[in-house]
Amino acid sequence: MKSPLRKTHPLISVLNNSLYDLPAPMNLSIWWNFGSLLGLCLVTQIVTGLFLAMHYNSNVDLAFYSVSHISRDVNYGWLMRTIHANGASLFFVCIYLHTGRSMYYGSYLAQETWNIGIILLFLTMATAFLGYVLPWGQMSFWGATVITNLLSAIPYIGKTLVYWLWGGFSVSNATLSRFFVLHFVLPFVILALVVIHLLFLHETGSNNPLGISSNVSLIPFHVFYTVKDVVGFIILLISLTLICLFSPNLLTDPENYIPANPLSTPVHIQPEWYFLFAYAILRSIPNKLGGVIALLMSILILMLIPSLHYNTMRSNSFYPMNQTLFWTFLGIFLVLTWIGKQPVEDPFIWIGQTFSTLYFMYFLMSPLSSKVWDFFLFSQKS
Amino acid sequence: MATLVGRASKQALLRAHSSIIHQKANLSFKNLSKGKKWAVAAFGTLTAGGVGLAVALNTAVLASDLTLHPPKYPWDHAGLLSALDRASVRRGYQVYKQVCAACHSLEYMYYRNLVGEIMEEDEAKAEAAEIMVVDGPNDQGLMFERPGKLSDKFPKPYPNDEAARAANNGALPPDLTYIVNARHGGENYLFSILTGYCDPPAGVEVREGLHYNPYFPGGSIAMAQALYNEIIEYDDGTPATTSQLAKDVCTFLRWVAEPEHDTRKRMGIKAIMIFTVLLTSAYYMKRAKWAPLKTQKIAFKPR
Repeated sequence: MKSPLRKTHPLISVLNNSLYDLPAPMNLSIWWNFGSLLGLCLVTQIVTGLFLAMHYNSNVDLAFYSVSHISRDVNYGWLMRTIHANGASLFFVCIYLHTGRSMYYGSYLAQETWNIGIILLFLTMATAFLGYVLPWGQMSFWGATVITNLLSAIPYIGKTLVYWLWGGFSVSNATLSRFFVLHFVLPFVILALVVIHLLFLHETGSNNPLGISSNVSLIPFHVFYTVKDVVGFIILLISLTLICLFSPNLLTDPENYIPANPLSTPVHIQPEWYFLFAYAILRSIPNKLGGVIALLMSILILMLIPSLHYNTMRSNSFYPMNQTLFWTFLGIFLVLTWIGKQPVEDPFIWIGQTFSTLYFMYFLMSPLSSKVWDFFLFSQKS
Repeated sequence: MATLVGRASKQALLRAHSSIIHQKANLSFKNLSKGKKWAVAAFGTLTAGGVGLAVALNTAVLASDLTLHPPKYPWDHAGLLSALDRASVRRGYQVYKQVCAACHSLEYMYYRNLVGEIMEEDEAKAEAAEIMVVDGPNDQGLMFERPGKLSDKFPKPYPNDEAARAANNGALPPDLTYIVNARHGGENYLFSILTGYCDPPAGVEVREGLHYNPYFPGGSIAMAQALYNEIIEYDDGTPATTSQLAKDVCTFLRWVAEPEHDTRKRMGIKAIMIFTVLLTSAYYMKRAKWAPLKTQKIAFKPR
């Protein structure tokens, strides 16, 4: 009997093994939808970004004007812009839920996949930050000034590094040009890393809510998960539609509708909502270098999770105490997001410091509590 | 239809025997021990208290905060499915042209933007022709003045920012193209500013050349009250009260900031209709494909 083309063709067979005949666990819950949703977000951002790049001008005298031109004069330019801007928010909703799912169900034990995922998270954050600078509004300019200045906290080379990054002695035309180039290139690096992320994932196979081996009951990816992913895609597109077409400025800072003015500092400088938790952690440390280290650690600490996993079972489904801790951690994340938006004054300072401490404590408390639970469950047998 | 019948019959065939004991989630607090009840109650109280505290802190009014926050007004276009009131936008343009344009620019607006939105093409051409534009160079290499065309931008009141500051006691009148989006509160803030001028309360001193307005951050604003009853006469005969003038110019400025406003909402309605059909179909298909797996029986028969 002749094998079908999808199994014999050298190129199509690769796609077939990844998206069609791929053996997948049969009990994947809705939380496993966010991987494919992130793929859709990335493609949407790249496509809309390409259309925007055709009309954008990365010169400090023209950037704001060109964005206005896109919104007012280019056919459906306003739609491309609002999808791109709000799509970034949706991207982060999906990426945080995807990371949270991996933490909850112990998917991080596929260590290569997890580490590439964290690099992807870092790159996505960098890309989003670079993109936020491009419209050259007040918050773009001052956000870029504050964040790039963080590098000056590095001993000895900090200041030189900041000047090198700026391409001058302040955030200026050179900075905007290079930020545009990097913002254009990084998504393609992300795309390449996504392929590697999937490559490693398919080496081990997907985890599942029970965290046990799926080899006893596998189903083909197509049609079961393709049809489930399509439902997810439509729900994501509905969410994007609701924001973009009914409330496009819901997540936008009004300051960014004012052209950048280096002589006028906004009263409150704050990043987009998806960076607020990290911003709150940064501001909680009274020392600049300490704040920058805490900021980096807020993400880098995710890399430690696999090393701290000593549980007998993989998934939190069997650890009620860890489940409580996890949802408390989500609460801490939300409180930090809220704190990042508040002015630096009491009581927000001490609330931020307390919750920053709790944020990092989670990563210690979670393995400890699973160890305690394991002790209660298994100590009688041994 | 076949799937429906199939599913119905399968469900009947696969109905579990009543003797099988089902494991059900037990969400009742009745069976909890006293200690656990206290722990759950304490946790609940703590969470609710924390959320309450956060809400209270978020909405706190500080004594140092002297700025009055604008109330929310019932704008005709504020609804999810509401369009801009075009007659109001047109009247607002008249207010802008006769009052605001003396100091404020609309840097990103062209006369062509008026066509088909609030004016006929001929009207907009006549409107543009009222201004004189420096053009050139001509065949002799000289700049010359000509009447405006649809492709021309709205004129600026001052040649540059320095001239604007010099004419306004050091204050720079902001460009109004994106003013509705560039201020917290949008139209509500603008309406409140335009209609909120009053005498300063006892103990508040306003520097010379400034004016008291409780809605402006700090309370002192360089712009004097610009709108008064009957300051202009509307072409359509609408009584030009201060609040009517303010409402119309705010609606006009919403349109200026978002010319796509109505198209956007119309597109939203269409998209939701299409996505509803797609979601229903996709969800049905998903259920149909997964039904055999979800309803399968796995028997374990140890020998």
